[in-house]
Amino acid sequence: MSERTSFDAIVAGAGHNGLTTAAYLARAGLRVLVVEKNDWIGGAAVSRSLHDGWTYSNCSYVCSLFRREIARDLDLPKYGLQVIPYEGGASFTRDGDYFAYYSDHDALRREMARHAPRDADAYARYSQAIMRQCRFIRPFLLRDAPDPVAPGPRDIGELAYLVRKAHDLGARELGETLRFWTMSIGDFLDDHFENDLIKAHLAGSGIIGTGLGVYSPGTAYVLLHHYMGDIDGGIGAWGFARGGMGAISDAIGAAFQAHGGVIRKGAGVERILTRDGRVTGVALEDGAEFHAPVVASNMDVKRTMLEHLAPEDLPADFRRAVERYKIRGSSAKLNIALDRKPAFPAAPAHASFLRGDLHASESLAELERAYDDWKIGEISARPYIDMLIPSQIDPTMAPVGAHMMTVFVQYAPYDLAVDGVRSADNWTEAQRARLASIVLDQMQVACPDIRDRIVHMEVRSPLELEREVGLTEGNIFQGELTFDQLFFNKPVPGYAQYAMPVRGLYLCGSSAHPGGGVMGAPGANAARAILRRETRGRRMKGYAA
Amino acid sequence: MSVVTDPDVGLVPGPVHDRIAALSRAQGWYGWAGHAAPSVLDTVEFEYFALRNQAALLDISPMHKYRVTGPGATAMLNRMVTRDVRRIAIGRVGYAVWCDEDGMVIDDGTLFRLAEDDWRLCCQEPMLSWLADACVGFDASVSDESHSIAGLALQGPTSFAVLRAAGFDVARLRPFDLTDAAPGIMVSRTGFTGDLGYELWTGWDEATALWDRLWRAGTDLGLRAIGYDAVNIARIEAGFLTAGVDFQPVHAVERLHRGKTPLELGLGRMVDMAKGHFNGRRALAGPRRHPRSLLLRVDVEGFKPAQDALVYHRRRREVGHITSGVWSPTAKRNIALAHVAMPWARRHPPDLWAEIYTLQEGRWDRRMARLTPVKHSFYAPPRARATPPGLT
Repeated sequence: MSERTSFDAIVAGAGHNGLTTAAYLARAGLRVLVVEKNDWIGGAAVSRSLHDGWTYSNCSYVCSLFRREIARDLDLPKYGLQVIPYEGGASFTRDGDYFAYYSDHDALRREMARHAPRDADAYARYSQAIMRQCRFIRPFLLRDAPDPVAPGPRDIGELAYLVRKAHDLGARELGETLRFWTMSIGDFLDDHFENDLIKAHLAGSGIIGTGLGVYSPGTAYVLLHHYMGDIDGGIGAWGFARGGMGAISDAIGAAFQAHGGVIRKGAGVERILTRDGRVTGVALEDGAEFHAPVVASNMDVKRTMLEHLAPEDLPADFRRAVERYKIRGSSAKLNIALDRKPAFPAAPAHASFLRGDLHASESLAELERAYDDWKIGEISARPYIDMLIPSQIDPTMAPVGAHMMTVFVQYAPYDLAVDGVRSADNWTEAQRARLASIVLDQMQVACPDIRDRIVHMEVRSPLELEREVGLTEGNIFQGELTFDQLFFNKPVPGYAQYAMPVRGLYLCGSSAHPGGGVMGAPGANAARAILRRETRGRRMKGYAA
Repeated sequence: MSVVTDPDVGLVPGPVHDRIAALSRAQGWYGWAGHAAPSVLDTVEFEYFALRNQAALLDISPMHKYRVTGPGATAMLNRMVTRDVRRIAIGRVGYAVWCDEDGMVIDDGTLFRLAEDDWRLCCQEPMLSWLADACVGFDASVSDESHSIAGLALQGPTSFAVLRAAGFDVARLRPFDLTDAAPGIMVSRTGFTGDLGYELWTGWDEATALWDRLWRAGTDLGLRAIGYDAVNIARIEAGFLTAGVDFQPVHAVERLHRGKTPLELGLGRMVDMAKGHFNGRRALAGPRRHPRSLLLRVDVEGFKPAQDALVYHRRRREVGHITSGVWSPTAKRNIALAHVAMPWARRHPPDLWAEIYTLQEGRWDRRMARLTPVKHSFYAPPRARATPPGLT
């Protein structure tokens, strides 16, 4: 049987968002093809076994943001998706103490009081302030961002919704909201807390994945971006996908295929084909061509526009805006197969918080210093680490008794400075080994025997993320989460609603509203836009509609 | 001086109470047949996920257990319950319901066929006098094992791995099989969760040793002791009924018409009209042949659990109520069991709605949520049926 070459829509890239778009389109009756450059699907939501017996969540590693509306619409549990919450977390210190974050409120209050009695009380107000922001923002995740500058009829409705929601906050809280969206997480935490360790523990979510420091304006929003998800309605809760993050992509992929969709792996898009200002299909690296009146790109906006379209296809000012789009790599990752669970001598035996996210940063000053290193092209001497041992909860990730550890590292530059020259080419094997060594030193604050536990280790610099997944500069969010690139400015002003300047071309990845994280929302929103604009009478159905 | 010993007042400890109490951080207890049973030990959410993702241990000893023996035991049980128990082979377990003469369900439970003429019945309601009455005219006798036999439920995807690590060879045990896994320890592949799982039965005084054996074996397999709140979510996902919640055992109601027939509970497959006479057959073949209402499994629109909501047809006519409603963390659906009066329970399209009340920060709200009846259980993982079972 010859391969079909003509489709109603083609999705470029089988990341979780691309697959989400594809699944919604296929569910609405369109013939959809997904093309993927790797031999596996998932983009940065993958589970790969690099050492026999162990499975890594190689890139993204925890789950909270994925919208349950999408899981329900696409019936993902039927295709094997199970999201399991984890409990608690801790930050360890060099003097042998720790601050434990308990999911139990009373335990958390007692633990905070152990460090700072005033902070224990302050936490309730802090947490309500964050939850109030979450309540405000969550309804916008599965809606289009209205264009306030050149509003069309739909924008007016969406703007009215925005104004109504803003009005509901009240004058004082609206002021707080505007402040919150633009301030730094450091300033916000200084407003509420006095203890350095508690502040350092809470600040992590404000810098993960960004090219910003804890005192950079806009990082309070980044923290919100990490808190606005939920697990089964528990807002701010995080968990693991059973079988690793690839289970999410695999489930969406299976749902897509169950609706008749086709996934073609092993050759990425070489060129997005256009004629008379309209897309006509894609040409792949292996020479194959596929045709469709709609192409949705799961690649980031920079890669899509600058590498796969000819300059003459795009308006000049749009192209310049995309060139200036901030997408800076700042994160690295270690995935470690352990022969057994490392010892955490500071923690009580069987401490439940060891099943959560573990850190080794002691103050905001230390975190800001780690950012300073990154700015000048260095790996942070004392990086912020977010490490977890998912195999304590997920029995499928490692042999019984052995464990798997995922260690997220902030900061590591994309264009590493060596001898005064900044270049991604500086990421040699030796530099990656140096990165691993710096991170292991930092991990030893919490678990001194970690080096003796290693059976296998995968070291990923920003360059690996760019080469393997395709994320420009290895930025995990497909673009910086600052207000100039958010909401109706995402990715660039005037193009926040998934449709790009070439007719039939859509952006469905994390470069589009509402942004990065394994959320599925950009993918679902793009599908809604495509069905509305490109089909006669087909509309998205379901909770994400 | 009084000649009687005072009865125990209040809740009494079960066979493994010391172990459970030592693990109880939440101090959440409820009464189960007079025993102190945990509703939650730590956090319902994490206990639920132990059940669906790793392994969970729950003491089910407060269940009522009766031994029915004698050459006429099989005939007597077949006369009592609605299904044909002769089809339950030796070494097998069968779910059963039994009715009064009006066809109203007295209780449901599990029948363990230990030998040709040797049965054990496990159920929620006290049943000794009913069983004794049912024995009249049969060469069968009943004894109450409720306080001599203890039961531990071990449920979840790593439950087989835990049993293997504990030294029990149950690889060949199919769903609803039972076996003597060790002297004095019977294991059945049964449970109230719809997942891979087992129930272990031993002497009341041997239960603590068995608990410890499983506990040690579960160290690296995520074994967690759990309370009933977590099980309740799982059993709704599996579509299982709870006596007193999803139906009123007819012996426990004052208003006899509040009883339900097996047909009304969706248990028609449990009623064998061809096997000969049984309690309630005349009613179920006659006036109660037509259900007055049906217990439906429904998918509830939105994300708010519909527990206790009233059910309306076309948003206007009140036609029933939700008996159990919960957000399913595994099926990622808002699920419920609902009694809906006929004929609305069978209308197509159904056009059924639940009126859900929510309390948020001091304010009550009401929302109408569309109900979509579903045929099968909300969650039925393939691992629950695999033999030999997987280790994860």
